[in-house]
Amino acid sequence: MALFRRSKKNTEDLVNAEGGLENREIEGLTQGQIVRARFFRHRGAMISIVVLVGIILLVFSSVGGNIFGINYSGWWKWTITDMPDVTQCRAGIVGCPTLSVIPKFLGGAGMHLGQHPFGQDDIGHDYFALVMRGTQRSIIIMFVLGIVAGLVGTVVGAVAGYFKGITDNLLMRLVEFIIIIPVVIVGAVIGYHFGSLGVMVLALMLGLFSWPGLARLVRGEFLSLREREFVDAARVAGASNSRIIFKHILPNAVGVIIVAVTLLMSQAILLESALSFLGFGVVAPDVSLGLLISQYQDSFTTRPWLFWWPGLFIIVICLTVNFIGDGLRDAFDPRQRRRIGRKEREESRQAIASHSVGESK
Amino acid sequence: MFAYISRRIGAAIIVLFGSTFILFNLEAISGDPLQDLRTSTSPTAKTQLHDLIRTLHLNVPAPARYFIWLKGVLKVFTGHIDLGTDRQSTPIPTVLGTAIPTTIRLVLAATILAIVLGIAIGIISALRQYSRFDYFMIFVSFFLYSLPIFWVAVLLKQFLAISFNNFLVNGHIGLWFIVIMSLISGIFWAGVFSGTRKRVFTIFSVVALVNALVLWTLSVTKWFTHPRLGIEGIFLFGIAIAFAVTLVSTGLENRNALKASLTMALVGTILYFPAEHILHTKGSLFLILVFAVVTFAVATLNGRLWSKIDQGPIVRSSNLTAFFIAILILFDEMMHNWVHYINTDAVNGRPISTIGQSNTQLPPGHFWYNVIDTATHLFLPTIALTLISFAGYVRYSRGTMLEVLNQDYIRTARAKGLTERTVVMRHAFRNTMIPLTTIIALDFAGIIGGATITETVFGWTGMGKLFVNAIYSFDENLLMATFLITSILVLLATLLSDLLYGALDPRIKVGGN
Repeated sequence: MALFRRSKKNTEDLVNAEGGLENREIEGLTQGQIVRARFFRHRGAMISIVVLVGIILLVFSSVGGNIFGINYSGWWKWTITDMPDVTQCRAGIVGCPTLSVIPKFLGGAGMHLGQHPFGQDDIGHDYFALVMRGTQRSIIIMFVLGIVAGLVGTVVGAVAGYFKGITDNLLMRLVEFIIIIPVVIVGAVIGYHFGSLGVMVLALMLGLFSWPGLARLVRGEFLSLREREFVDAARVAGASNSRIIFKHILPNAVGVIIVAVTLLMSQAILLESALSFLGFGVVAPDVSLGLLISQYQDSFTTRPWLFWWPGLFIIVICLTVNFIGDGLRDAFDPRQRRRIGRKEREESRQAIASHSVGESK
Repeated sequence: MFAYISRRIGAAIIVLFGSTFILFNLEAISGDPLQDLRTSTSPTAKTQLHDLIRTLHLNVPAPARYFIWLKGVLKVFTGHIDLGTDRQSTPIPTVLGTAIPTTIRLVLAATILAIVLGIAIGIISALRQYSRFDYFMIFVSFFLYSLPIFWVAVLLKQFLAISFNNFLVNGHIGLWFIVIMSLISGIFWAGVFSGTRKRVFTIFSVVALVNALVLWTLSVTKWFTHPRLGIEGIFLFGIAIAFAVTLVSTGLENRNALKASLTMALVGTILYFPAEHILHTKGSLFLILVFAVVTFAVATLNGRLWSKIDQGPIVRSSNLTAFFIAILILFDEMMHNWVHYINTDAVNGRPISTIGQSNTQLPPGHFWYNVIDTATHLFLPTIALTLISFAGYVRYSRGTMLEVLNQDYIRTARAKGLTERTVVMRHAFRNTMIPLTTIIALDFAGIIGGATITETVFGWTGMGKLFVNAIYSFDENLLMATFLITSILVLLATLLSDLLYGALDPRIKVGGN
């Protein structure tokens, strides 16, 4: 029946797996070059990278902030503490967004930003500045959490998987200690106490509790890689344990690690916003996207933009990071086969045909 | 096996000990539980303060206080577990006793829906790898994966609940809605069945047309203001279900299975009026249970009667068909009461509620009112939870299915000349389910303690909300009790999933070194 019918493409891919179309393409390239080429071919990931870099540049240059103790100011005319007069736009409704994207010839108000493109909040703060600051917080948390959890998870997983035995046993019990505490719970408890200490501390603490999943993954990878011949060869050549771990095995596991960390980072954004929403993450007077949503969820009917913008930024960042992760997974997966276009296939078939004709002569 | 299980339980107890200790101390350093009383100006504050310090042992430093709490928990072996009281002096078991059923009610439907839909879509997506359907589903699952649940919840409240309630006033479906829904369903089903261009177009137009017609009829007859399926509805749906179930379960070539399923559809139609009558006069949970047992017995008997050689698949198809038809009949009975329900004073024509877990002003003691009330209150949270967790299942089942389809035994199965249905359902699907089972087991456990945000947004008082409240008010006993339950469930689920893995996949030896 049709529901179970094998699609033609599947069949063709099976044929390609055996055939050399893809193999010919990667002849004479290093692993890194192959991965890079595959990644660049992933359209979703490439678009995502452009969008994500664009957002990061916009967010960090517009309102300024404090990174590693250095204060700088952005190019945007308002800061998050400015309180210009609230403008009345419609009857009873204040602080409407002035952003307009529909050009005049399509019947819109023309393309311009206006005084407050995202509107203003209750007491006049420029909402664009607030959203930018909130997004800064999300991005900082995403990266710090990714780095901390990535480092700890990789090291613990690598040591456990490489040394096996009692080390492995002890480390895996530690992993269980931490994995069993749902991260929302941890975030809530530490966020309630450390949230006021600033976003860096919060990110660091969350990172220290988010690595167990990664550690398990890395351990599994190390358990299988350590039995391979090249590890024996390195050991016979007299390499030390740390050299084998970091120089021989780790590069082979790096694909899995990068993909897992990317996904961890996209979850970090959601985690932060959820915690801030509950009041446990970033707390006022600091600004975060989750906090903005929770503050203005009740004004949705009258001033929906206060609700739309923070949500939009959360979704876009999370989506782009997820797509980058997907692109990386495809790029690192050696079994991944590219879908080969009909034209290419036809050309190759002709090439093979003419080649064999030439041989038979 | 016994040695393995006891070793695992031993390890689990150590883990529980360690993690409760960590959490207890984290909680203790996270703030001062007596803050509000210390700054309070009320004359009784002083005595309250002393009472609390005494009952909660707050004068003992946290690491030592942990052992007082532990002593209470360990009394479980004597049969009198002592989890202490919360700050309002309610015993913890009482608090948990109402919270756990609430949470289960909240997450059960959503989890099952997400699992079924997610796995189905994921597997179809894998079978159509690199098709437009596949790309689209990847995008949708990524999108859903990136949604913050509290944001979705607010949107659902604002748009879905209010507009649906408005819609129910006269049950008129707008023209644009009909057009868009028909196009979407046409594209979806064309994507599911795929094939040559002509075929895709045929499926698309048929589905879209039927969909538009149905919606138009429902709108014109104002079906939504007084919904019912009726005996003709049961009959038509029954036939459709019989065909669909046979197609997936045994394949339409198995004539006996098809006949058995069709018989069940007929039996369902004949029994419609008697069943409806009994259910209507005195609906109760017990009656539904009896109803289920009877259905099962009849379906099994019917399957046996129809089968000549291979009983298993025929009985299975017969049972599945009967199950779905029974659900339809119950659903129809719910619809009967629907009109009365929405016209009660407590509901006043706006059934979909945005907050709370039940309507307290309903006339008590009416079984079907309660069922409908629960359903209308579950509507929004279930959609929100399903949307969020659906994405994970799609991605996971797609990935696993692709992996399985590349295995040698699939090639062997095809080479033997088995039909594609058998290859997909018996060889590929079953092996895909092995790793999925372990994920499902863990998910069920995690979700009991994990619906924190959903419960907060929709105003349900389940485990998640208790937990948040416990943190807000520094309620040590409450926090530890919720955590204890959650973590025991997670540990049990981990053990169960490992055992299941071993049982389902003979290549994996549980407990071996």
